[in-house]
Amino acid sequence: MAPRQEQSETRIIAVLVDNEPGVLARVIGLFSGRGYNIESLTVTEVDPTEHQSRITIVTSGTPQILEQIKAQLSRLVPVHKVSDLTREGDYVERELALVKVSGKGNKRVEALRIADIFRARAVDSSHGHFTFEMTGKSDKLDVFIELMRPLGLVDVSRTGVVAIARGPAAL
Amino acid sequence: MSKNHKAASQKVASRKTASRKAPARKAPGRKAGNGKAAPASVGRQFTGSEIVIKALLDQGVEVVFGYPGGAVLPIYDALFQQNALRHILVRHEQGAVHAAEGYARSTGKIGAVLVTSGPGATNAVTGLTDALMDSIPVICLTGQVPTHLIGNDAFQEADTTGITRPCTKHNYLVKSIQDLPRIMHEAVYVATHGRPGPVVVDLPKDVLQAKGDYLPPSEIKHRSYRPQVKPEASEIERAAAMIAKAKKPIVYAGGGVINAGPKASKLLSQFVHMIGAPCTNTLMGLGAFPASDPQFIGMLGMHGTYEANLAMHGCDLMINVGARFDDRVTGKLSEFSPDSKKIHIDIDPSSINKNVVVDLPIVGDAGQVLAALIKALKAQSFRIDGKAQKAWWAQIDKWRARDCLRYRQNGKVIKPQYAIERLYELTKDRDCYITTEVGQHQMWAAQFYKFEDPNRWMTSGGLGTMGYGFPSAMGVQVAHPDSLVIDIAGEASFLMNIQELSTIVQYRLPVKVFIVNNRWMGMVRQWQELLHGERYSESYMDSLPDFVRLAEAFGATGLRAETAAEVDDKIMQMIETDGPVLLDCCVDQSENCFPMIPSGAAHWDMLLGPEDQAQQPVSEEGMVLV
Repeated sequence: MAPRQEQSETRIIAVLVDNEPGVLARVIGLFSGRGYNIESLTVTEVDPTEHQSRITIVTSGTPQILEQIKAQLSRLVPVHKVSDLTREGDYVERELALVKVSGKGNKRVEALRIADIFRARAVDSSHGHFTFEMTGKSDKLDVFIELMRPLGLVDVSRTGVVAIARGPAAL
Repeated sequence: MSKNHKAASQKVASRKTASRKAPARKAPGRKAGNGKAAPASVGRQFTGSEIVIKALLDQGVEVVFGYPGGAVLPIYDALFQQNALRHILVRHEQGAVHAAEGYARSTGKIGAVLVTSGPGATNAVTGLTDALMDSIPVICLTGQVPTHLIGNDAFQEADTTGITRPCTKHNYLVKSIQDLPRIMHEAVYVATHGRPGPVVVDLPKDVLQAKGDYLPPSEIKHRSYRPQVKPEASEIERAAAMIAKAKKPIVYAGGGVINAGPKASKLLSQFVHMIGAPCTNTLMGLGAFPASDPQFIGMLGMHGTYEANLAMHGCDLMINVGARFDDRVTGKLSEFSPDSKKIHIDIDPSSINKNVVVDLPIVGDAGQVLAALIKALKAQSFRIDGKAQKAWWAQIDKWRARDCLRYRQNGKVIKPQYAIERLYELTKDRDCYITTEVGQHQMWAAQFYKFEDPNRWMTSGGLGTMGYGFPSAMGVQVAHPDSLVIDIAGEASFLMNIQELSTIVQYRLPVKVFIVNNRWMGMVRQWQELLHGERYSESYMDSLPDFVRLAEAFGATGLRAETAAEVDDKIMQMIETDGPVLLDCCVDQSENCFPMIPSGAAHWDMLLGPEDQAQQPVSEEGMVLV
């Protein structure tokens, strides 16, 4: 294939699927099998009565590849809807991180001070550590985690991005 | 025995009416799934195996190709006790899937396969992938260990849904008898609607033995799968406007037209005649447009005709109907038809803009889109631009005059092209179906056998599966017992599923195998000659069997043709001999398949024959390509 000159873009794609066995494997297999990128992926059931789950995928590629990704996702049998949130108007995007910082003395005070500035909440603590919960856009979490690194960062758990379109309409 | 069968089938029939009368009930609790009998108070119930057979019959399936084993014994037991669903016992599960593909491709109906768990399922994988690549509707029922053993590495356990997920259109693991009727009907719906494909239903043994209610197809509606078959009116308008403006249009039609049914092929002819354009077919599309039509310019692509490829390169409007811009067709993408506007009609939106960016995508069923286009053109009282068309056809005729398929049959040694051309001449007036294996013989068959109608040509296009043609011919013959079914084979491909000789003899299927025997893996040899400095690494087959005696050992008839003079006689003998016949046609061992677009080259950069070979070495970029 001829090398493409198009720029790579990052997109957030929301996928509404039947919550049936194997559906996540289908989505992930599609990405690995066709060589697409997954930067983050979250999934959980959002409608227990209809047994529907919502998958939010952050992916990157050229516009042509991204269109292919959407078409391929739409083609999966248990997929109800595919929405390109980045392209289809404004949206709210959030990620949650749990960040564990171990240490004593000044570093500990500094960690708490920065957490306060970032509006992170301590959800677990001892004399030797804090675990902060923080919600925000991914880049904000990145910054917070970087700031915690010299202060005794030992563990991070992140949810990956979830997103929803602004305005009254549903997916 | 047969009396018993009759009685059993009547029983099945009466059960069917009973269940139709009964109002739809919610399944009686989840308990039924664990193998114990459900409460008897809720009326007639069926075992999982009976439900499987009833569902297949209600979906119009008449024959299933299969091979028994431990996990599917309950279904085989139920099969034994009825007479409505026919079973063909193959000799290898790959053969079962290819047979179902041949059956499906030649009838337009779904093909059905029944195999056991573990190795039964894994042996079916090649066939499933083949059906996926070529969009053939197949339902494949696989046995599975009982639900409580799944995940325990039980005997003949394999993660069938895991293994077949990327090689099916969809698959199911049935965990409870309550889900079984719905899943069976959904599986057929998914396999046959939209872009067709294979669907696997994995059936644990305890589910097959449990009892539950049956629901007829009319009560099942899929929750989400609704492929678009009707095109948008605005797109049809735009297409009609583009066609009206075109000076050098071409229609490039593929397997999608054949999948859309024989009516779509008729509409294609009508459309092509209406706009006066040349029409080329892909390998999968042969037969969608009559080969004898003066507007047909042959197959396109790597071994397509000179005129088809140059017309694709030089056109100003390309109308792709149900083809997918496969790399065998496009050649070098950056030089693919650079000056044309492109319309792409496809039922699968993911096929559009995948390899080639097009100007106007139209999502829909090929038949429906063609009907809408014809209507739109009529409404605007479309007229062919006579002057432009004349110039365009003058150019095409010049390309045609190169006579790119010419070969020289002189001397005693049979040229493979001659063998296939004679086969065509001697069978063209009969009710004939052709299947092929994969390789040089397949390309020669595509070039020299002329198809007038759809569903007459079965070949493995996308996956390129050696060993496809013979079991596929078996499936075609089951569907068309009185027709002449010929597998044009290479000796290497034929050896890959040769065990099915036993099947065709058992069922007295009069399949004819026409072996174009050059003692080499011909296409591999050709690439080694042209691209790898004539180093023929492992492409020669020493100690091939004596095919005549081999046929006889299986109980079929064996024939051999060794000189050009006897080709006609042997072909006639093959056709006129009752029952299965193998004709071992010993051809020129060094013949290459031309024309050829070397890998990585553009459409205009064709090799027309042996004299062309030395002109240009294949680029490094091209060497990487398959």
